[in-house]
Amino acid sequence: MRLPPQQGERLNRDRQFPFLFDGKPVHAFDGDTVASALFASGRRVFSRSFKYHRPRGLLCCSGHCPNCLLQIDGVPSVRACMEPAREGAVVKAQNVLGSLDRDLMSVVDKVGGPFLPVGFYYRTMMRPRRAWPIYERFLRSAAGLGRIDKHGRRTHRFDTEHRRAEVLVIGGGASGIAAAQEAADAGRQVVLVDDGLGEAAHIASAPFEVLSPARAIGIYEGGLVAVAAGSVLYRFRAERIVVATGTIEQPLLFPGNDLVGVMLSGGARRLIEQWSLRPGERAVVLATGGETIADDLRRAGTDVARVFEIGDQAPEEIVARGRKGRVSSVAIDGEKVECDLLVMSGGRQPAYSLLSQAGAKIEYDAGRGIFVPRGLPAGVEAAGSVTGERGQVVQPAPAYSGKGKCFVCICEDVTRKDVKRALAEGFDSIELAKRYTAVTMGPCQGRLCHLPSIRLFAGETGMGLGALGTTTARPPWAPVSLGLLAGRGHEPARRTSIHHRHEELGARMMWTGDWRRVHSYGDPAAEVRAVHEAVGVIDVSTLGKLLVSGPDAVPFLERLYPNRFADLRVGRVRYGVLGTDAGRIMDDGTIGRLAEEEFYVTTTSTGAGVVLEWFRWWNAVWGFDVEVVNLTGALAAVNVAGPHARELLGRLTTLDCSVEAFTYLDAKRAHVAGVPCLLLRIGFVGELGYELHFPSSYGEYLWDTLLDRGADLGTRPFGLEAQRILRLEKQHLIVGQDTDSESNTLDANMAWLVKFDKDDFVGKWALEHMQERGARERLVGFEMDDGVVPLEGGQVVVDGRPAGRVTSARWSELLGKAIGLAWVPPDLAEEGSRLEIRVDGGLEQASVRLRAFHDPEGARQRS
Amino acid sequence: MSFLLPCPNCGPRDVNEFVFAGEISVRPQGPPSLRELGSYVYFRRNVAGIQREWWFHRFGCESWFQAERDTRTNEVLTTELVAPSKNAPPAPQAAATPDTPAT
Repeated sequence: MRLPPQQGERLNRDRQFPFLFDGKPVHAFDGDTVASALFASGRRVFSRSFKYHRPRGLLCCSGHCPNCLLQIDGVPSVRACMEPAREGAVVKAQNVLGSLDRDLMSVVDKVGGPFLPVGFYYRTMMRPRRAWPIYERFLRSAAGLGRIDKHGRRTHRFDTEHRRAEVLVIGGGASGIAAAQEAADAGRQVVLVDDGLGEAAHIASAPFEVLSPARAIGIYEGGLVAVAAGSVLYRFRAERIVVATGTIEQPLLFPGNDLVGVMLSGGARRLIEQWSLRPGERAVVLATGGETIADDLRRAGTDVARVFEIGDQAPEEIVARGRKGRVSSVAIDGEKVECDLLVMSGGRQPAYSLLSQAGAKIEYDAGRGIFVPRGLPAGVEAAGSVTGERGQVVQPAPAYSGKGKCFVCICEDVTRKDVKRALAEGFDSIELAKRYTAVTMGPCQGRLCHLPSIRLFAGETGMGLGALGTTTARPPWAPVSLGLLAGRGHEPARRTSIHHRHEELGARMMWTGDWRRVHSYGDPAAEVRAVHEAVGVIDVSTLGKLLVSGPDAVPFLERLYPNRFADLRVGRVRYGVLGTDAGRIMDDGTIGRLAEEEFYVTTTSTGAGVVLEWFRWWNAVWGFDVEVVNLTGALAAVNVAGPHARELLGRLTTLDCSVEAFTYLDAKRAHVAGVPCLLLRIGFVGELGYELHFPSSYGEYLWDTLLDRGADLGTRPFGLEAQRILRLEKQHLIVGQDTDSESNTLDANMAWLVKFDKDDFVGKWALEHMQERGARERLVGFEMDDGVVPLEGGQVVVDGRPAGRVTSARWSELLGKAIGLAWVPPDLAEEGSRLEIRVDGGLEQASVRLRAFHDPEGARQRS
Repeated sequence: MSFLLPCPNCGPRDVNEFVFAGEISVRPQGPPSLRELGSYVYFRRNVAGIQREWWFHRFGCESWFQAERDTRTNEVLTTELVAPSKNAPPAPQAAATPDTPAT
C-alpha cells in the first residue's frame, strides 16, 4: 500500500525484493528500511515493551526510540527504522513469548502492573538469597532486548581506522552541510559524518568527504571523535569539530501515550515523504503549530479529525484509549475523538550530548523551555538548531492527567506513577532518581525521556528545571556493537625460531607472557631423566638478550646491579639480580663479559622489555656512555645439559671443551656445526651444561643437528615442566614464581651477590636498612614427609596460624620426594625445622632443607 | 585518556603509544635517613595541577623524556629530553630519577 511517489521519496520502485519476517516473506523496494517495508506490508506492532510486554509501534522513525528493535540476521536490537532492507535478510521479533501480535508475556501488563512498581526486584527478591539465581533467570528471560547466541562466533570482521581531519562536521542536515561547504570553500580538508537521515549522502560531487551512514559515538579529550560506520570504527583527530546534530522531537506525557498509532510528527512525516506511506486513516494532531503537520497528513490522504494546539493553559487532560494495544480514540478535556493515528509533538530538544561530552555546560533556557549548550571548549563549535537558538517555543504541561498508564520512559517502561513513588521514597535528586527508576537508561539513552522526565520531576517537586540540572551525558551517544569496539580479533603471540620443530615433536605449548613455550614433549619425568643421565636440549630463545657496550659499561652495570663487574674477567659469566631502590627483586639473569667494554646480559623470558626500558630510564638521567641493544629476537638460544653434553658438543665444534679449557661460568665464542655461537657454561638445571646463543635464522638447523648427532647419546628435548623440576632439585629460584613484588635479595638468600662496599647502586640504601633490620621471612627449600605435593601458593602453618606460603612444589623422581620452595618466618629458616603445609584442607608435615637437594656441592654442573 | 603527547623526537602522538612512569621523584644525593628513603621510594606529591613526569615512547623512538602536564585537564605544557647529570652536581629538576619499574 504505497502512495504515489512523494517529493523526496527515497525508493527505487524498479527494484523489489523479499526478506523474511518471522518466517514469512515481506516485499521491499530498494531504498526501504526494514521498518518501512514492514509498515507497507500492513504491520503496525513492531515490538513488545521491556517490562509490561505492551505492543509498540513506530514512533520516531529516526533511530531514537526503542519501538522498532528487531533481531536482524542474528544481531539483536537493530533499529529497523534505520536499517536498510536487504534481500533475503532474516528478521525476527524479540522479547516475545509466542508472536508479536499474541505475546503470552503480555499478561504482565494485565495483572502485574500494580505488583511490579519501580525497584520491585530490589525489595521483593532479596530473600531467600539462594533463590536469586532463579529470580534472575526469570527476570532475564521476561525482560529483555533480544538474545545473543552464546555460542556464536565473530560474525563480521571489524576494523579500527585512525584518521585525521582539519574539520570534522557531525550531522548531515542543512546546517551540517552548510558548515562543511563553508570550510571546504576556505580550503580546509573536511569530513562530514551523516547518520543517513539528512541529505548529505545524496549530494552529488560534494567538495568534502561524506561518511554515511555513520554516527559519532563520542567526543573524547584531545579532539578524538569515535565514529561508527558499519564494520569500521574511525578514530578521528580533528583540529576543528563542528557539531550539527540538530534537535530531537520530544513526546508528550499522557495516559496511553505508548499505544500503537501514537507517533511523533517527524516520524509520521518521514513515513510519508521518504517511503510514500500513509501513517494512518484518521488522525488527531496534538502539537504547537499543528496545522502544518495536519496539511502534510492530508496530502497523504489521512483524514485529520481534530488539531489541538498545545499551549501554556490548555489542554489539561489528555487520555488516549486503545483496543488490543492500538489507539482507537483520544479524549481531550472530555472531548472524545475516534482515530487510529495520534500525531504529537512536545517541542524539540537540542541533541547536545556530544557537545556536553566535549566539555560544554548544559543550562536550562527558561524562555524556550529546553536545555541548551553553553561555553563550548576551544576547537568545538555548534551549528544549526543544536544551539537551541531557533525553532518554535513549545511549553507543554509536564504531564497530562487522566486514568491509565502514562509512560515517562518507554525503553524501561517507567510510568509517571513510578517517578512519583521514587520521589515519595526519598530519591529527590535527579541523578539518584535516574538510577533508581532507570529512566533515561534504556536504549534511547534519554533522547525521548530526558527532558520530559526532568519536566515531570520539576513539576512534582516544585523545583525549577534550572536548579534541577541535568544528568551527565556520556559516550556512546549512538548505539554501537561490542564487536566494533573490540576491533579485529587478534591475540599476539611470540614464537621462537624453533617453534615449528616443537610442534612437529608433538609438544604441549603454554604461554609465558607473549611467548609460546614448550611445557613438555609428553613425558616430563623422562625428560628429567635424560638431563640427569644423558643429554637434554631446551629451547631458551625466549630469554631476554641485551648487549651493553661502551666505555662506561662497567660503571653503568655496577650502578644497576648489586653485583660487582669491574673484577669480572673477559670471557667470564656472573649471575646477577636487578633490584629497585625499594630493595625489591625485579629480574635476574647472567652477565657475561665479552670484551673490556662489552657485556652480554640475559633477562627472564618475560623481562626483556621491562629491563631494557629500566636500563634506558636510568641512563636518561645518568648519561653514561653506553649503548644498550636488544638482541632478544635476533638470537636463538638452546641449552644443552647433561653428563654427555661435552661429548655431544665435542662432535660439533673444534673448541677445546675440556673442563680445564672451558670451565664453569666461562663464556666463549666458537662455531658449533658451522654456526657462530656464543657459549655460556652455566647450570640452571644443575648438570654440566652449555647455553648456545646464535643467530635465529639457524634455529631449526642447529636444533636438528644437536638431536641428530646426539641420538646415540640418548639426547632428547625437554620442556619447561622438566626444567622446573630440575632447577627445584637445585633450589634455583625463578623470579616472579618464587619472588614477588615484595621480595628482596637478602631474604631470598642471595646476600652473597650484594656488594655493600660499592659507593652506590640501585637499591643499596634499602638493602642496607633491611640488613640492619633483619629478615622478616626467608625463602627456603622443603621436603614433604609423606610425598604429597602441595599446591603452589599453599599455606605454611605454624602453631595453627598461617605463617608463610609455598611458591614452587614438584615431585622429584630422582629423589623420590615431594620438594619445593617456600617463604617461612626467619626463625624456621634452619636445616631440619619442622613445617606444616596445608594440603586439601588437612595439614601435612615437612622439613626445611637449606641446601640443594641434588648435588649440593655443585660437582656435576662444574664437571 | 586520549590526549596527544608531543614526543621530543617524533612530534604529537596518541597517548596510547607511550608508557607513563609517574611523577619525577628526587633521588637522594647521599645516604638518606630512613625517613628520607621512605618518602623517596613510597611517597608522591600527587598534585592536582601542573606536574613534571616521566614518559617513554614505547611504540615510537623508545626514548625517555619528561613532560609537564596539568593533571586536571591533561593539557601538556612542555616535553623535553633530560640532560644527563652523571658527574656535575645536578640541577633540582635533572636530579630526578626513575624509581619504579616501567611496566
